[in-house]
Amino acid sequence: MDYFIQQLINGLSLGAIYGLIAIGYTMVYGIIGMINFAHGEIYMIGAFVALITFLAMGALGITWVPLALVVMLAASMLFTSVYGWAVERIAYRPLRSSPRLAPLISAIGMSIFLQNYMQLLQGARSKPLQPILPGNLTLMDGAVSVSYVRLATILITLVLMVGFTMLISRTSLGRAQRACEQDKKMAGLLGVNVDRIISLTFVMGAALAAVAGMMVLLIYGVIDFYIGFLAGVKSFTAAVLGGVGSLPGAMLGGVVIGLIEAFWSGYVGSEWKDVATFTLLVLVLIFRPTGLLGRPEIEKV
Amino acid sequence: MTMPSHTAPTPAPAAVPARPAVDWPGSLKDAATAAFVALLLTVPLVGLRTVDRPTGLSIEARPDEVIASIVLVFLGRLGLGLIRQGLALPVLVLALAAAAVGLALPMPTQVLRLVLVAGGGIIALRAAITLTTGRSKLSQAERDRRMDRVAAKVQHATKYIAPVAIAFAVALPLTPLADRQLLDIGILLLTYIMLGWGLNIVVGLAGLLDLGYVAFYAVGAYSYALLAHYFGLSFWVCLPLAGVLAACSGVLLGFPVLRLRGDYFAIVTLGFGEIIRIILVNWYQFTGGPNGISGIPRPSFFGIADFTRTPPEGMAAFHELFGLEFSPLHRIVFMYYLILALALVVNVFTLRVRKLPLGRAWEALREDEIASASLGINRTNMKLAAFAIAAMFGGFAGSFFATRQGFISPESFTFIESAIILAIVVLGGMGSQIGVVVATLLVIGLPEAFRELADYRMLAFGMGMVVIMLWRPRGLLAHRDPTILLHGGKTPRVNAGAAR
Amino acid sequence: MSVTEMTETPLLTVEHLTMRFGGLVANNDVSFVARTGEITALIGPNGAGKTTLFNCVTGFYTPTVGRLSLRHPDGREFLLERMPGYRIAQSGVARTFQNIRLFGGMSVLENLIVAQHNKLMDASGFAIAGLFGLPTYAKAEKAALELAKYWLERVRLTEFADWEAGNLPYGAQRRLEIARAMCTEPVLLCLDEPAAGLNPRESGELAEILTFIRDARNPNGHRTGVLLIEHDMSVVMRISDHVVVLDYGRKISDGDPTSVKNDPAVIRAYLGEDEDAELPPEVAGDLPASVVHPAPKEI
Ligand SMILES: Nc1ncnc2c1ncn2[C@@H]1O[C@H](COP(=O)(O)OP(=O)(O)O)[C@@H](O)[C@H]1O
Ligand SMILES: [Mg+2]
Repeated sequence: MDYFIQQLINGLSLGAIYGLIAIGYTMVYGIIGMINFAHGEIYMIGAFVALITFLAMGALGITWVPLALVVMLAASMLFTSVYGWAVERIAYRPLRSSPRLAPLISAIGMSIFLQNYMQLLQGARSKPLQPILPGNLTLMDGAVSVSYVRLATILITLVLMVGFTMLISRTSLGRAQRACEQDKKMAGLLGVNVDRIISLTFVMGAALAAVAGMMVLLIYGVIDFYIGFLAGVKSFTAAVLGGVGSLPGAMLGGVVIGLIEAFWSGYVGSEWKDVATFTLLVLVLIFRPTGLLGRPEIEKV
Repeated sequence: MTMPSHTAPTPAPAAVPARPAVDWPGSLKDAATAAFVALLLTVPLVGLRTVDRPTGLSIEARPDEVIASIVLVFLGRLGLGLIRQGLALPVLVLALAAAAVGLALPMPTQVLRLVLVAGGGIIALRAAITLTTGRSKLSQAERDRRMDRVAAKVQHATKYIAPVAIAFAVALPLTPLADRQLLDIGILLLTYIMLGWGLNIVVGLAGLLDLGYVAFYAVGAYSYALLAHYFGLSFWVCLPLAGVLAACSGVLLGFPVLRLRGDYFAIVTLGFGEIIRIILVNWYQFTGGPNGISGIPRPSFFGIADFTRTPPEGMAAFHELFGLEFSPLHRIVFMYYLILALALVVNVFTLRVRKLPLGRAWEALREDEIASASLGINRTNMKLAAFAIAAMFGGFAGSFFATRQGFISPESFTFIESAIILAIVVLGGMGSQIGVVVATLLVIGLPEAFRELADYRMLAFGMGMVVIMLWRPRGLLAHRDPTILLHGGKTPRVNAGAAR
Repeated sequence: MSVTEMTETPLLTVEHLTMRFGGLVANNDVSFVARTGEITALIGPNGAGKTTLFNCVTGFYTPTVGRLSLRHPDGREFLLERMPGYRIAQSGVARTFQNIRLFGGMSVLENLIVAQHNKLMDASGFAIAGLFGLPTYAKAEKAALELAKYWLERVRLTEFADWEAGNLPYGAQRRLEIARAMCTEPVLLCLDEPAAGLNPRESGELAEILTFIRDARNPNGHRTGVLLIEHDMSVVMRISDHVVVLDYGRKISDGDPTSVKNDPAVIRAYLGEDEDAELPPEVAGDLPASVVHPAPKEI
């Protein structure tokens, strides 16, 4: 039972991370109908910026943990969003009206570029970091111990989700964003600056991915330039599972995948956990391509 | 059809552009914005580098590189802005100067040199175009039309180029030029050309974006390696078997997913590719796991003779059979011809199948699935056929790869391999056979030629994919000729976009 | 069986067809028949469910309730509601689309050859015989080319045969789509607003092509029944032998053109009033279909 709860917490925190990344996929797919293949790399950049910020603060002698965390979060979100923005501006915007494959290929190229860019700049070796937020919360007379980082991950994700949902549903920005999702041309005619909204979508997605990157750095304490690929594919799976275009769906899909992965690793063995995720992706796409919370799509003849 | 230009209200080429006042504050502000973005992009990742120290991870500042990038971005952006405002000539001179400086003077890093030369070159080109045509850049449509004309010319020239190229490829090993290294590169290029042509069937003809093609390459390679390892079967028995197994896996994987829409399909094939790789890694009792399989037997001369100095019982030695001096190069030459033949088989197949109902149905499906169904085309079967046939060719290439290397491991079958093959197909121009060859020379050949820049290879590869897509989204040599003509080309066919 | 008897047996029988999309009933208990040697026109205001009915007949939608049977002149019978789209096409139903769907990147001639896919596929032995250049395939391809030429001539596109289909002018694309459908050698041809967007001269030509299709025997000897959705009443009244009127998914009238034209229910549906007026040709509105019912958003 305690082992079960342990895995549950692990799965939830992992799922929160996948969910945060998945939101970026889902929003971009919703608004411009492309798979932003480089989004996993954006998350990787987020993790690296967080790491570098922490090291830089250490070099400057700032060691008070709460401050360090806040600065890391802010810096990571800021700089990573600029990358998200730049990727869209450079590699996708000129291809808006091109054949469908072109932006996807461009995105794959961008992903390869960013990976190697990071490898060249920061080295290929994986980067270990001593625990910043050590310690565990023990529950049930010490039978279950949950690390603070994982709890913090779940909490921060919840807070971000609430804020983000408000942003999308309450503000004029969110309204414009949803309008563009429905019909870009019409929204443009009604005076919405579509380009700006699309840029903002990328920026928001990148900021959330940066949070995910920082969380992974804190939880696992080690990152490398290649973490974006797997996380990216899995988060995309999460987005599909939840129903592409649906924000709560992305989060739900992330949690489901996180849980599957945690329990699979816990009870079956960690070697095959990726096969489990990929198989799930295939099954969902075959049997329920609209995902758990997605709207059905009808082929109009 | 042309973009409105800010400089030349009169479209007359080479007319002295009427010079509006240069908007200095605007240009400077624009350039400053770009520089500011560059600052944000470079500060964390370029300006601060993590270094491994014995005491743990620490950090090093590189302000010089940040400043250099900002300055370069500022100048570049300013230059581009000024070109459009009638200052093309001075910009041209300055850009050329920058490129020259980059070429001639010693530079602290190669990257800086590259940026100066490439950036200066591009800006100079733009400026030169502006000076000659009065427009700062071609519109997308105009550029596409020009490239399409080039592609059409190349396509038609292929009739003459192809025999020459094939004759050259056949003659190459017989020339004194052919040393081990050259043949190895030749084999490498031909392998990718074969894979490109194979994937072209799925992507270029049937329009299915397959991101997991390497899976079939892996199935082929492992089929041969395992069959040879466990049953001692020879290469010549295994080659067709590997093809069949790969085709079967193609049908198996393809069947459930073929009705998925474009990019969903892409992601699922990527998933399949990864599943196969993970299975290869984890099922180590059978596949040798991450360590792979070594000691894969080399091919014999069609089962008649062997390429070793002292062949095993019951086998003749190749050099004795043909009365030659023994040379280890014989095997390499044989391999070279083998892959050349395999690649040509794929090519001939594609050329022929395009004129058959199967190939035409693939192209019809690529153009419009619903219309295809309304004509009684069984979508699933046609796509499965494309998938299986391409998989079979991938399987052939895989078993060739296994026998050539003598060693395989899951490392060789990662996603990046699929991406490279796909890049070859897409960059060359979807459906274009000659495009695959050109793209292979670019993507595989160029990096082989500049080995000292190996570190930058994948970086440039990724950037190249983006740039070529931006420049010509349909691929460099994309051009389609009808597979059957009524008037034998007497009535000029109107090119894409001309009448739209 | 005598010839007259053969024309008496309905080619297509639609019985109690109902098609629901969630709460929306696009076709509500529609029954009618279409015969060989006749043009059956299906008319009704925009959104009446005409295209939906076509999609049910051609297998793109599976009807919620109802029976659709196709009886060939030779007596073979097919239950269309149980068959996937490509099988329906194989059993002799061809169609065109309200929004033209050509293979835009392929040549005009290729479009017509692709339409003969199944025949050629058999002749090429699933491509194997074709790959090795066996004579059976060469012969079949020659015959296919002849059929293509025949229809090219009919729709007056011979000189454009080698053009990219996507580069043809709009009217020519409409005609090519009809030729492509005819190259499948159908017994039933379903045309979804073939005159939409044509100028009067072009729609006159279209009417000629349609009556030709109705009256002539195909090169292979059998005749084709036509099911036509059309807004242009002048065309409908001139060439159709039988008119079925839909409104809000229901059939409100059925009969020969004159009786339908004077049917009060039809006049009410079109004009909203029980007025004794001729049907103006543009009543059904010439708004492009996308404005009236926009395509559902693709996710
Ligand atoms: N795939 C679909 N999903 C939901 N509603 C549909 C679909 N296809 C058609 N409809 C609806 O059915 C009704 C009839 O449409 P349609 O058959 O296209 O009319 P028309 O008579 O103009 O061809 C319309 O209200 C349309 O919105
Ligand atoms: Mg309609």
